[in-house]
Amino acid sequence: MLSTSLIILIPLLPIISFLLISLVGRKNFPSFCGVLGTLSILGSFILSAIVAYDYFFLVGKVGDTYQQLVPLKINWLQFSPNVSIDLGILLDPISVMMLVVVTLVSLMVHFYSLGYMKGEERYATFYSYLGLFTFSMLGLVLSSNIFQIYMFWELVGVSSYLLIGYYFDKPSAVSAAKKAFIVTRFADLGFLIGILILSFYSGTLDFQTMIQRLTTQTDQLHNIVAASFMGVSALTWGLVLVFIGGAGKSAMFPLHIWLPDAMEGPTPVSALIHAATMVVAGVFLVARLFPVFSGCPAALDIVMWVGVSSSLIAAIIACTQTDIKRVLAYSTMSQIGYMMFSLGTARYGGENGLGYMASMFHLFTHAMFKALLFLGAGSVIHYVHSNEMKDMGGLRKLMPVTHLTFLVACLAIAGIPPFAGFFSKEEILQSAFHANKLIFGLAILTAAITAFYMFRLYFNIFWNKPLPHKEAAHDAHAAHDSHAAHHGEGPATMLIPLVILGLLSVVAGFIPFNKLVTSDGKALVTEFHLTFSIAPVLLATLGIVIAWAFYKKESAMPQKMADGMSALYKGSYNKFYIDEIYLFVTKKILFPLVGRPAAWFDRNVVDGFMNMLATITGHISAMIKGLQSGKVQQYAAYFFAGAFGFVLIFIYWWV
Amino acid sequence: MNDIGLFHFLFVSCALFFIGVYGFLTRRNLITMLMSVELILNSVNINLIAFNKFLFPDKLDGLFFTLFIITIAAAEAAVAIAIIINLYRNYKTIDVEETDTMKY
Repeated sequence: MLSTSLIILIPLLPIISFLLISLVGRKNFPSFCGVLGTLSILGSFILSAIVAYDYFFLVGKVGDTYQQLVPLKINWLQFSPNVSIDLGILLDPISVMMLVVVTLVSLMVHFYSLGYMKGEERYATFYSYLGLFTFSMLGLVLSSNIFQIYMFWELVGVSSYLLIGYYFDKPSAVSAAKKAFIVTRFADLGFLIGILILSFYSGTLDFQTMIQRLTTQTDQLHNIVAASFMGVSALTWGLVLVFIGGAGKSAMFPLHIWLPDAMEGPTPVSALIHAATMVVAGVFLVARLFPVFSGCPAALDIVMWVGVSSSLIAAIIACTQTDIKRVLAYSTMSQIGYMMFSLGTARYGGENGLGYMASMFHLFTHAMFKALLFLGAGSVIHYVHSNEMKDMGGLRKLMPVTHLTFLVACLAIAGIPPFAGFFSKEEILQSAFHANKLIFGLAILTAAITAFYMFRLYFNIFWNKPLPHKEAAHDAHAAHDSHAAHHGEGPATMLIPLVILGLLSVVAGFIPFNKLVTSDGKALVTEFHLTFSIAPVLLATLGIVIAWAFYKKESAMPQKMADGMSALYKGSYNKFYIDEIYLFVTKKILFPLVGRPAAWFDRNVVDGFMNMLATITGHISAMIKGLQSGKVQQYAAYFFAGAFGFVLIFIYWWV
Repeated sequence: MNDIGLFHFLFVSCALFFIGVYGFLTRRNLITMLMSVELILNSVNINLIAFNKFLFPDKLDGLFFTLFIITIAAAEAAVAIAIIINLYRNYKTIDVEETDTMKY
């Protein structure tokens, strides 16, 4: 059964491994740290699997509804009888699902890194950071109140910062880490204000109480709807601000600029943080507050439009990028946009909750195949020692396992049946179709583009050139790694996760999510329309065929296409100049108009006042310092003069 | 001349006190300064005895105070001489004008 200590151990194991490695292991047994970290995550994963089984099949269901369980609640800070910050654990379908996703992907990444990071100088540090991240992420999904989730949210941000900046001797990695931290931090400001608004009106920080108060007809709901600022109700403001926080973490347009740069981190980190777990925290947050969002269609519309525009923009940008990890980063952004707008098309309860279920389903399947794609890309980079597509090509014979699993993942993300992505995408498209035809059109267009750029990536890595790397590989590797020259695969520790994730990417679509994870906990009846899925699958196939025609062999066609649509191509290649717009806004507008005057004010007025005080004090002390001459008799003379003065005062003046 | 009265004692005491203060402030030699301090203490002693004798002849408080002061003065002289010896060891002089390193 669900015992509390079992559940607490899930996040505690990684933090114990973090503490052990960083306090003791780094100095004393650095080469064992990887195994230690992996074992701790293995423990977490087994416990999560047990908890998931217990929750979904034994105790979670009461009647026909999955309940929210609170196995642990500690009163942490009590401000007043009504206001307190608790630490607790909240179990419901999404948090249990996230437990499994996070521990599974984290386990795969830990295992994979045993091979990938081998020989790195800061190998032990890497594992300690991974432990910290996993702990934070697990704490985030288990949080029972909104303030607790905020704390773990920031912890996740910090560990992401540490891991992006892992190669801290590379300036680009350092600036990428700073960029990621600052952009998400900036978004978190919105999150914090949103928390304050929601908790102020609902009078609680606890999720269950807050949702209960803000969804049923209570005074709190009445107040928050009645209060308005700039013509928009406080409820909408609060939810939109919370969503801004989520959008920052989930790299939604226009706060996505940090995600592609974050690829400077080691590839397993990209697989863990920037593909499967942390970036879906925003989706998770919206899902967590979904009943409240559902009561506020305006906020959900914003979620929907931000999601769909991010999804489309990212897909277009991904078509022209040449760095394979950046292509994957944009595809992640695109897929998260999918989850977001899917949430936006849903409403709480019953049939309307289809989008919610689809979003969670896609989150689950996406975690599998995107982690697989990143780990596969990691294998390729491990072999080629480059992120650029032009350095690759024809690797299919050299890396058979990577090739096959990568193909599976590409088919999954393109939505080809019977791979995992097909099922979840299908549900999303259905939800979009029922909610808004325009959204549906954009979504299906994105699906086609997704298939195109994923297979562009696939063909560029594994086909395109006729095995040009055999010779080059011999030259490059003969010196230090004769083993790799024979075949390009990494060690078994890198292959096993690929195979496991590959299998999961095939079968994950058959998990009956509609019975397990729904907006109101009740099983949802989904219809499977064969006719409906013809269009998306056909479009995806079309995308694949175009990619096949363009990139199977080296040809001039892509270049011709690029010249034909040069404006679009250039825009896409330069990521639609969004980074440049940010630079323009900050460097040309914010710095000279706000930053410089503020700096001037700080230097001249604030500092000036303090300097003036110091100068005056200095002058006075320079004037009177002669009194302290070091001559004892002078001191005695002052003393007697003082005593004499007092005597005079008391005798002649005081009376 | 009349009998020697309270006023005479006080005059002597006062003179002694100011001689002591003058010596303390002007002498450069630490031993002489110590002697000046003793003068000041003794002026106080005279004061106490005189008041005791003329104002409260049936009490002995003033006498006891004086005895205490004499004792303490002895102890104080010991401490002061120890300080002077240490000073001499460090500066090779006991002239207070020379030992003015503890300043701004």
